[in-house]
Amino acid sequence: MSLINLVDIQRVFQVGDEQVHALQDVDLTIEHGEYLSLMGPSGSGKSTLLNVLGLLDRPTAGLYELNERDTTTLTDVEQAHVRSQKIGFVFQFFQLVPRLTAFENVELPLMLGGVSVAERRERVSSILTKTGLADRMDHRPDQLSGGERQRVAIARATINEPELILADEPTGNLDSKSGGEVVSILERLNANGLTLIVVTHDMDIGQRASRRLKMIDGCIAEDLREGAS
Amino acid sequence: MKTFDVVRFSFHSVERSPARTALMLLAMSIGVAAVVLLTGLGEASRRYVIEEFASLGTNLVIVLPGKAATTGGTLGASLGGTTRDLTIDDAIAVTRHHQVRRVAPVVVGEASVQYAGLQREAPIFGSTSQLQRILHWQVVAGQFLPASDWARASPVCVIGRTIESELFGQESAIGHWIRIGESRFRVIGVLASEGQTISFDIEEMVIVPVASAMSLFNTQTLFRILVEADTRESMSSVKEFISNTIAVRHYGEEDVTVITQDAVLDTFDQIFTALTMTVGGIAAISLAVAGVLIMNVMLVAVSQRTNEVGVLKAVGAAPHQIVILFLAEAALLSFFGALIGLGVGLAGGWLLSQIYPALDMTPPIWAVVAAAGVAIATGLIFGILPARRAAQLDPVLALSKR
Repeated sequence: MSLINLVDIQRVFQVGDEQVHALQDVDLTIEHGEYLSLMGPSGSGKSTLLNVLGLLDRPTAGLYELNERDTTTLTDVEQAHVRSQKIGFVFQFFQLVPRLTAFENVELPLMLGGVSVAERRERVSSILTKTGLADRMDHRPDQLSGGERQRVAIARATINEPELILADEPTGNLDSKSGGEVVSILERLNANGLTLIVVTHDMDIGQRASRRLKMIDGCIAEDLREGAS
Repeated sequence: MKTFDVVRFSFHSVERSPARTALMLLAMSIGVAAVVLLTGLGEASRRYVIEEFASLGTNLVIVLPGKAATTGGTLGASLGGTTRDLTIDDAIAVTRHHQVRRVAPVVVGEASVQYAGLQREAPIFGSTSQLQRILHWQVVAGQFLPASDWARASPVCVIGRTIESELFGQESAIGHWIRIGESRFRVIGVLASEGQTISFDIEEMVIVPVASAMSLFNTQTLFRILVEADTRESMSSVKEFISNTIAVRHYGEEDVTVITQDAVLDTFDQIFTALTMTVGGIAAISLAVAGVLIMNVMLVAVSQRTNEVGVLKAVGAAPHQIVILFLAEAALLSFFGALIGLGVGLAGGWLLSQIYPALDMTPPIWAVVAAAGVAIATGLIFGILPARRAAQLDPVLALSKR
């Protein structure tokens, strides 16, 4: 049973009079626990594909099955539910809410899910302690370093124990040391069974994945498995 | 999402943008304070006018002989068609009600008044000492009729100013004896021009004790009985009591008419209530303006926090949850705006009451409730559009906005 099954996915943007095909005829199957990197030049459709996979964007045409369930027919509310339970996002610019503390940022998905205050406190404290941010919980994002912010973001992405982590240039804004830390955290999650998809420009990071996709002009140009290169 | 979380989240956002919050609170509180103050003012002037009227003898119940309905016209009733006269005993019977404060029987006639060869026809009032208080008369010199037994025909009189100046010129009339009809009366007081009368010129009148007037005109019949009730509220029961009492005394026949000045007062009441509503309505417009401002500021807030909306969506917030979060913020702001407005309005009213003690500026409860209710309702209604806009943002675009 595959986690993700994409069949003939199209995503067309209307820019003025012109139609831009961000995704063209994308067919892709991803198994549980896979580690994918998604590379390619700017504008090749990597981020669009990631957004479609994360249900932030709807494909113009095609079939997207997540856990063998068609997601394209889901309502907004149902998609929001799937996002909150199955999918965690990690972004290049961290995307933390600036007025909330690290603790409150991580707490956000639980709050939206209606988890009790006591349980939230326990779960958030434990995940932040595990990522080494125990003494940073009450700091706001602007009081944290880039690496710390990304670790908070990863904690937030994984607090609901999703099956799929979608990371869009997770190290793009970090120095190599904190970038390395972030990658190792993500890989540890993958080792624990989470499916990890990383969009990156960094060849070194891209090479670490067991399955490497290369996109050009909205199409998947290369799909390499471990050891093939 | 738990309600507690929604409130906490909105609180957070509200306290994080103090300028925006202050502006919205200001707008809301001005609107609410205006409603509270203006309706308070309207209410105060209504009560003021009603009380002024009440102090002018509006608790007055007038009993006249004859039934208006049987002959048409109130005045006509006293002239013809009546079966039984009003007597002094009827007046005495009327005093036996605990809510009756004062009773004055009135006998009216016309007689010639003479002094030192000068002679003048004048209306003669026969009544008692209570009449002065009931009609709020003042004396400029001497005193009014002494309080004494109604049956006692003392030879004293109180005269109007015209009578005094016509008969005595520059001289004071007090203590002099004048001739009214066939009898002699000593002048003990002169009336001031102010005060109510019942269809006579106060300056041309001569007032004598009721028993004296009865013997003067050789009659047992009262022209009117004037009754003052304790309060405005007790008037209807007093009125009923009088009708019943006199009907019993007149062998079951309701042959008197009892009238009050209630109708006039009701009219004033209605006018001022309408005025209060109008002023309150105008003030309510400022509430609507405050609502528009809330919408404006919330729209700005949504565009400022587009990225936050994107984040919320990415971590799994459904559209309706985002609507709730933004609406809660608008509601919170209008609630506290209303609270501040109520405080300012009530304090302002209190301050005005201190400066003008005659005005009781307490706003009516309905106005307070309505102002707060309208404030919160406008906040919510005008908050819906921005909240929906936030909920409909495309998450990808929202996230790309920094």
